[in-house]
Amino acid sequence: MRKNNTLAKWIANSAFILIAFIALFPLLSLIISSFRPSSELMRNGISFSINWSELSLRNYIHIFTDSPSYWQWYGNSLIISTLTIVLSLFFSSMVGYALAVYKFRGRNLLFLFVLVIIMIPFEILMLPLYQLMINLNVINTYTGVMLPLIVAPIAVFFFRQYAMGLPTELMDSARIDGCTEYGIFFRIMAPLMLPSFSAMAILQGLNSWNNFLWPLLVIRSNDLFTLPIGLATLLTPYGNNYDTLIAGSVMTIIPIIILFIFFQRYFVAGLASGSVKG
Amino acid sequence: MSGLDVNKSNNPSTLAPAKRENKMLRFLNSKKVAPYIFVFPFILSFSVLTLYPTIQAFIMSFQRILPGQVEFIGLQNYQRIFNQTFYKALANSTIFMLLTVLILVTVPIILAILLDSRLVKFKTFFRSALFIPALTSIVVAGVIFRLVFSESDQAIANQIVGFFGFDPIRWQFTAWSGMFLMVMMASWRWMGVNVLYFLAGLQNIPKELYESAEIDGANIYQRFTNVTLPFLKPIIIFVTTISIIGGFRVFEESYVIWQGTSPGNIGLTLVGMLYQQGIQQNDMGFGAAIGVILLILIFVVSIIYLLLTGAFKRGDE
Repeated sequence: MRKNNTLAKWIANSAFILIAFIALFPLLSLIISSFRPSSELMRNGISFSINWSELSLRNYIHIFTDSPSYWQWYGNSLIISTLTIVLSLFFSSMVGYALAVYKFRGRNLLFLFVLVIIMIPFEILMLPLYQLMINLNVINTYTGVMLPLIVAPIAVFFFRQYAMGLPTELMDSARIDGCTEYGIFFRIMAPLMLPSFSAMAILQGLNSWNNFLWPLLVIRSNDLFTLPIGLATLLTPYGNNYDTLIAGSVMTIIPIIILFIFFQRYFVAGLASGSVKG
Repeated sequence: MSGLDVNKSNNPSTLAPAKRENKMLRFLNSKKVAPYIFVFPFILSFSVLTLYPTIQAFIMSFQRILPGQVEFIGLQNYQRIFNQTFYKALANSTIFMLLTVLILVTVPIILAILLDSRLVKFKTFFRSALFIPALTSIVVAGVIFRLVFSESDQAIANQIVGFFGFDPIRWQFTAWSGMFLMVMMASWRWMGVNVLYFLAGLQNIPKELYESAEIDGANIYQRFTNVTLPFLKPIIIFVTTISIIGGFRVFEESYVIWQGTSPGNIGLTLVGMLYQQGIQQNDMGFGAAIGVILLILIFVVSIIYLLLTGAFKRGDE
């Protein structure tokens, strides 16, 4: 029995080393390849055999000195993600909080709507939303990209679940002390909900940073592209931009992975709550 | 309070607005009104950004929409849909859905059970390693997969194929390998997230159950089918349902490999066709009709699945 167990342990651990390797290998190979000549990559793809003498910082030097549009996309992505995080956390937390702590007419109906929106695939709304953005004259603007993300149903749901556990007695004593309903939320309850804010900041930030289909529709000019859209324009079979593409890809994911290492707990909480994708 | 009012009444010009503001503030601050102010952004965004577009999607599907000119054309869009291209897209999306459901439900269960057991060390590291691909943007995943599965015989995928004595494969140009690429990309990115769901489910199983099952002489297989599976069932149903929905919605995996036009439509999906017709060809009515069919398809398949698994039977789930 004991011997059996050691064998099982040995097999399970080796299997996981292999699986972790398969999971991380694509990213590692991307990082290593980013030091290889881009023409070589374009012709031969990523190869097992590495010619160490041909590795250089050329792609990175190119991107830092000769790719102004890449940094423009980076800036756009940073601005859009930051604004989306701030606005969506502000609005979604208020809604989720109210659904959890107040009893009011229509509350259950509203909560039902939240659940329904989570279920509706975005692709169905895409064309009418696109038409709406044209009519609102926000095509090709930051606003147009952010608008559908600002009150995020999944974040409302998450905040509501979290706020259900808040001590409501605090509210009554705050009222007696003359605190307004809004003061109660901003000064007392929101600070208590801090962990949920971190998880949702990561979920919304990641969604916005990696968002592809909607910005692809809304943004038309090169100087307003977000990173995924800009990089996707370089993904052509005849492309001579592989230097920007490959070094740019690495620099798109590195900040996220660094954040992940520091805030792992919140990433896990955020993504497990909101990744409605198969 | 009243004393203060009397004092101030000497100066009516400042008193009146102050008092009205107070009343207004008190109204806004009442326990009856405050919740509505909190939820107002949601009501607004729900009406404008969800309810209106949903209704509009159905209306548009019965219209021919040209710039500045909208015409009601009945079922014509729907009559035009059912052609070879649509069946190709339907087949591709359905095969993708079935394969991703199969892979992204069974493999994560096994991985989660192993990660939850006493067998594996460095659990946090393995969990993080599996999870990191989920942080990668689809475009970066596309860059990697295109380079790894390049048609050159020097690229990794073809080096492996060559090692087993086969000729290099032109991955992006044949139907089966194109589908293989899309499924691999989705599986790579979402495996870790699904493992998390199942890990969360496993942590809810009381450990005493396993112990008593072991005392009763249940072997590993019996413990799995009689203890683990029944407890995991709600999560399996949840993950399968979101995988069905996500599978039918496939678009990005295809887009980053072929940019919308694949040889012989081997990578065309339903959403890809919606994008092509509705946005690129600017035939929004036709695109909307494809969207409505997609919605019905997702709805019907999910409901059938949920009925088959008996998810509606218990009122508490």
